[in-house]
Amino acid sequence: MSAVLKILSAGPMLTVQDLGRPGLAAQGLSRGGAQDTLALWEAAALLGLSAPVAGIEMPGMGGRFTVTEKTRVALTGAPMRASLDGRPVPWHSALSLAPGEVLSVGGVSSGTTGYLTPGGGIASEPVLGSRATHLAVRIGALLTEAEALPLGKDRAASAPPQVLRVAPRFEGGQIRILPGPQTELFSPEQIRAFEAASFTRGPRSNRQAIQMMSEAEPLWHMASGGMASEPIQAGDIQITGDGTPFVLGAECQTIGGYPRIGSVHPEDMPKLVQAGAESPLSFRFADPAPLPTGAERLRALRRAITPLLRDPATIPDLLSYQLISGVTAGDDLERD
Amino acid sequence: MSKKEAAPALYPLGMDGFLARFASRFSLEANRAAQAFATEAREIEGVEEAVPALASVQLRFDSTGETAPARRAKLEAALTDLLASRDWLSLPERAPARRWTLPVSFDGSDAPGLAEAAAETGLTEAEAVRSILEAAPRVLAIGFAPGQPYIGLLPEPWNFPRRTSLRDVPPGALVAAIRQLVLFANASPTGWLQIGRCAFRPFQPGAPDPMPLRQGDEIRLSRVSADELSALEAQPMGGARLEVLS
Repeated sequence: MSAVLKILSAGPMLTVQDLGRPGLAAQGLSRGGAQDTLALWEAAALLGLSAPVAGIEMPGMGGRFTVTEKTRVALTGAPMRASLDGRPVPWHSALSLAPGEVLSVGGVSSGTTGYLTPGGGIASEPVLGSRATHLAVRIGALLTEAEALPLGKDRAASAPPQVLRVAPRFEGGQIRILPGPQTELFSPEQIRAFEAASFTRGPRSNRQAIQMMSEAEPLWHMASGGMASEPIQAGDIQITGDGTPFVLGAECQTIGGYPRIGSVHPEDMPKLVQAGAESPLSFRFADPAPLPTGAERLRALRRAITPLLRDPATIPDLLSYQLISGVTAGDDLERD
Repeated sequence: MSKKEAAPALYPLGMDGFLARFASRFSLEANRAAQAFATEAREIEGVEEAVPALASVQLRFDSTGETAPARRAKLEAALTDLLASRDWLSLPERAPARRWTLPVSFDGSDAPGLAEAAAETGLTEAEAVRSILEAAPRVLAIGFAPGQPYIGLLPEPWNFPRRTSLRDVPPGALVAAIRQLVLFANASPTGWLQIGRCAFRPFQPGAPDPMPLRQGDEIRLSRVSADELSALEAQPMGGARLEVLS
């Protein structure tokens, strides 16, 4: 029997995610996939893979996991309190998990959503070319306690543990946005008001859209006025009926009628989805800069990986060790 | 609306795309233009995906790597040329390539909004149903949810607005407003009026062709009783019949 990852307990919103199903929007299916795609690329870099594989997305809260064969797991995205058989282990890392050992992943310490990616990926049966659960259209479902997920072969199950220095993206900040087909319907004053406002993530946020709440008067409000619905995609910023902006998420619908002021720069989507309710966000129009190819992205990430010098099991003050390694991160990944 | 809105035009859409818009408001002419433009744009080198909606088309390209700006500029030029190559809003109507016949129940709990819709049309319920059965509307767009068709146009009396308060409809709900029909795959809240229910589901995750409807398909509805519809629920295609016409 091939290896499985057993879920001993599950947080409320765990799903299997990969990079989703591009190319099916004409048939009404949005791409879906991980909310923070960078976290899957980070996992691929840590695991020495040539492309992201399917892992577990863990919004807010993780779970307890064990495996039937030795495998590595990468822990990426929002930092979460994690331990292996009770010993704290660092986040932004890849570690070996032996059969019988229990990996516990608690709540996020900053950001919104962490990821657990096994060394060979989760090998569930793909649907339409992807293993990603798409809750909105009922492909796949939330993961639950006692579930067992098939694992792909980890070709380096005993590789020494590694850690990744990450650029900060878990506390909000400024988000670059790009113009879209309806941007010019908004007046310069409306654009200025939108750029000047400070937003936080609202409670009506999920994998379909992220609600942007603000104390500022919504001068950017715009009535749709009978416009025919148009193609929409993740990152688009819809201005809904009462002026509340919603940033469309991975599981958004494929056509919609609300006016859209612009689209989040794809490189800033991870920062947007990782901003918790307390983290202020603001938006600023920017020019489209070319995105790195997958290979370029992996090369840059690999340069930020270092061996975890000591076995985590032998380091008594591991939490402080992790904090030191975390704050040394530069923002080199965001610079060209 | 700015002046640029008046004519078909190309707009940026995020990092990796453009939108070709033929009209801000729905018209059959703009819908035909969007379908035809999407078909031709798919053949342009560098177009990864063409997504036609009701009156516009999204075109996506690969925006990664150092050569992306050059690719973007080249594609923008090619799409601008295609847009200028003819009067897209004067295309003749094309005969449908495929025709679906979908069994639908207009009875009782399958049609909780039929009376309200008929009142809007000024017809009796029987006349309203007959006018739907006699129509041969087309799939105007697929979207919002997987496989979900926007079907139209219905005769002019069906030109009533969507409701501002939402009601929950079940899987297979056939709903009407603004001279269009929408067929839901899953239960959903909607401001459209449910005038019937189909056993056919426009999204079938496990099927070889999970989203079987295509933009441009002709849709004929055939009336069945609530009991007959229940029997059809057991069939994989819910009794739907597809004819390939060309």
